[in-house]
Amino acid sequence: MRMLRHIRPNWLKSYAFFYVLFLYLPVIFLPIFSFNTAATPRFPLSGVTLKWYGDLARTPALIDAAWNSLLVGVSASILATLFGICAARAITRYRFPARRSINGLLMAPLVLPEIIVAVSMLLVMLQLGLSLSLITVVFGHVLICIPYSLSVLTSGFEGFDRSLEEASADLGESAFGTFRRVTLPMVSPAIISSLLVSFTISLDEFIMAFFLTGTDATLPVYIWGQLRFAAKLPGVLALGTLLLAASIILLTIAEIVRRRAARRTQNMGGVLA
Amino acid sequence: MTVPAEGIVGPAPVRRQRNPVLQSEAARGLSLISPTLIYAVIFLVVPILLVLANSFWTQHYLEIDRTFTLENYRVALTDPIYRDLLLRSLWISLLVSFFTVTLAYPIAYFISFHGGVHKGLWLFLITIPFWTSYLLRVMSWKVILGYNGVLNSTLMGLGLTDGPSDAFLYNTTAVVITLTHAWATFAVLPIFVSLEKIDRTLVEAATDLGDGPLRRFLRITLPLSVPGIISAVLIVMIPTVGDFVTPRLVGGKDGVMIANAIQAQFGKAANWPLGAALSVTTMAVVTAMAAFIVVTIRMAARRAR
Amino acid sequence: MPDRTIANRSMIEISRVTRSYGSFKALDETSLTIREGEFFSLLGPSGCGKTTLLRMIAGFDTPTSGSISIDGQPMDGVPANRRPTNMVFQSYAIFPHLNVEQNVCYGLKRLRLDAAEEKRRVEEALAQVSLTGLGKRGALELSGGQRQRVALARALVMRPKVLLLDEPLSALDKKLREQMQVELRRLQQAVGITFVLVTHDQYEALAMSDRIAVMFGGRIAQVASPKEIYQRPVNCQVADFLGGMNFVKAEIVEENGASMTLDTPGFGRVRTDKPAAFVRNGRAATLGIRPERLRVLWDDATDAHEVAGKVVDRHYFGEITHLVIEIPGFEKPLSVTETNNFGADDIPVGASIRLAYDPDALVALAD
Repeated sequence: MRMLRHIRPNWLKSYAFFYVLFLYLPVIFLPIFSFNTAATPRFPLSGVTLKWYGDLARTPALIDAAWNSLLVGVSASILATLFGICAARAITRYRFPARRSINGLLMAPLVLPEIIVAVSMLLVMLQLGLSLSLITVVFGHVLICIPYSLSVLTSGFEGFDRSLEEASADLGESAFGTFRRVTLPMVSPAIISSLLVSFTISLDEFIMAFFLTGTDATLPVYIWGQLRFAAKLPGVLALGTLLLAASIILLTIAEIVRRRAARRTQNMGGVLA
Repeated sequence: MTVPAEGIVGPAPVRRQRNPVLQSEAARGLSLISPTLIYAVIFLVVPILLVLANSFWTQHYLEIDRTFTLENYRVALTDPIYRDLLLRSLWISLLVSFFTVTLAYPIAYFISFHGGVHKGLWLFLITIPFWTSYLLRVMSWKVILGYNGVLNSTLMGLGLTDGPSDAFLYNTTAVVITLTHAWATFAVLPIFVSLEKIDRTLVEAATDLGDGPLRRFLRITLPLSVPGIISAVLIVMIPTVGDFVTPRLVGGKDGVMIANAIQAQFGKAANWPLGAALSVTTMAVVTAMAAFIVVTIRMAARRAR
Repeated sequence: MPDRTIANRSMIEISRVTRSYGSFKALDETSLTIREGEFFSLLGPSGCGKTTLLRMIAGFDTPTSGSISIDGQPMDGVPANRRPTNMVFQSYAIFPHLNVEQNVCYGLKRLRLDAAEEKRRVEEALAQVSLTGLGKRGALELSGGQRQRVALARALVMRPKVLLLDEPLSALDKKLREQMQVELRRLQQAVGITFVLVTHDQYEALAMSDRIAVMFGGRIAQVASPKEIYQRPVNCQVADFLGGMNFVKAEIVEENGASMTLDTPGFGRVRTDKPAAFVRNGRAATLGIRPERLRVLWDDATDAHEVAGKVVDRHYFGEITHLVIEIPGFEKPLSVTETNNFGADDIPVGASIRLAYDPDALVALAD
């Protein structure tokens, strides 16, 4: 038994190492082959080139898609965060009837099959006579970003001691002044974190965009369209690498901001905790 | 001994408020959450109800006939194509949830109990792929498993096979592998959260009462983390049943799932009511299966004690 | 205890205040006057309504009915930020994103003083709580005791008419708590501001206050000086909450005006003051005596007032010994606290013993 106790953490640690490898290894092939001169992704690599990245900049359809993704991402993340702020504030600050069920409803898009959410929204848009466009994509993305935004903001707001606002009022500050001098500085990291996470979700989201967009493609929809053509694969790999890099950078910033906030509010709850 | 209370004569001015608790707390909370709630109702609840309604209607070319009918459900449940697709989807999502949860448990356990000061870093490392594009993750498996892919070229390079094999891609196994990878971190988080909630003194108490590492794990840690296992199963099983990207990219003919049929009804086939009925059926069946599995896990956990 | 004379002018008037949550009444028709410049404590077990009352004075809670006025001004509808009160929160509520100095001058910023004056007042407040030189320290780098001092300085710098303290010492360890009791008391006497303290610790209330209100179940049971509260509690509940008390069943022989005569099997016929809130219920009453007011009679010493009994239990506490003594005719044994100067710790269990008591220490109690 003593032996077992000795071995277990090491055994687990190597398991953890392989698990992380399993998570990352497949994804790492995207950047690797995006620098390969040959168009087919196979070993050994035939040579290193930046050609595929250069081609990206010369593809107008892709530039349009990137622009569309940026528009959708910015609008969706701002809207989702605004909705998230209202909901997270209400949930952490007030007790009201059906609080848990409302929270459950807002979190539901996270666990529902995305195709069903997408198809339902599509039906509504069509039957309302709305023509499909980037705006309908934004509507869809806001819906699926809300659960992420809500959990980031809720964990950010939870550590916020209510007596801080009371102390501010007690020291003579008005409601607006309290918001500006105490509440905002305390919760702004959570808000920034929510904006970044929502933007990343929107940037990478495919299914909703696929169903709800009209003629304008977002980046994932553009990639989907290119996948049919084997010859376009290297370009897709290069684009995927850029998207991956953007996501990781944004998420790292979000995590750093969130941790700073967590230290401040002394709440170590994670993003989904 | 003076009690000033006694000194006040006559009724004090009384200011009445209607149930102040309900007035302030509940009203403020509800009004604050209402914009978000209304949004969710308009874009989630109403659409789902509309899908439900559509599933009882009939498509006539470009018109929709709104007389009540169960015909779509008859087709969805008895047509061998849809029945097979649904069964295969359920089987795949069952396998995927089993593999993801089984693989995720040790890692969640490791981070929670042996993560030490790097707990946050490990968690971040595990969650990063979960936030990156799902489409890209699926695509990378196509690159690995393809006829001209990484696996084939590596095997040939090592001299293990003579020529490229098409056995890796375009089948159910490829779908299961890809989905297990894509959903891996979804399972880690809920299990991790439930392990974190376990009071460490309980584990110490079990040791104090004579349990060895294995027995105290089976008697204390595992049963107390059952809620995490259950939410991990749910959070993986329900969404995977409705996946259509993975089957399309790596599934081939054998790997087609019910979501591809749903997508077809809303796309090329243009039969919304049938698509709606397929969606409703899928949701109902997967919910029933999930409920059955939750009950099974709970019963197993109770017996283990 | 408090030797200063307190102005007989009222600072806070609470008249018939009720606060109900649904059918539960946190505070029930409570009236109270707190005088200018006094150190006043609201003492009671958790859930007795003391914190609710404090928060209503501060303006964080609104009475369901009744009214509160501070310094002659009615406070109905006056929000917390317009009241001449400041509060030290139980959690201290130190703003974590600001340093000590920024925390202290948080409220001053609203007053738009000139920079020199603001700095002078911050320095003064920090000096008052012995935090001089720590102004630039970050809020998260402070110890529990330091946070408490910052919270105090932050409130005092506003020069409020009333300082409210919500269990300010409960998070500190025993030694620091006792030290802060002395300091708080000294500080209050130095600044002369009315302090209202909420606490569940009877020793804290006794040690610091000019007057104490003891509360149970949303009502005030007694308002008096610490000495009177301790020595002349109005009922068994107050007596018990303030410390150990022997309760002896007694029979009312005579009752007139402010005094009454009671008969007990052990103490004989006793004449005592009648408690203000005494409500007669037939002929039965309760007589109370604090354990330290009973004295062991050594050898052949005698006293005009004595009872005899047998030691049934003994607990040693270092400087004192706690004896449990069975007295013939008493329903329950008497508790006696005796100093160990004369060897009370050597009295064997089972020994026969005689006790002297001071008839003035016997107090009639309403149930």
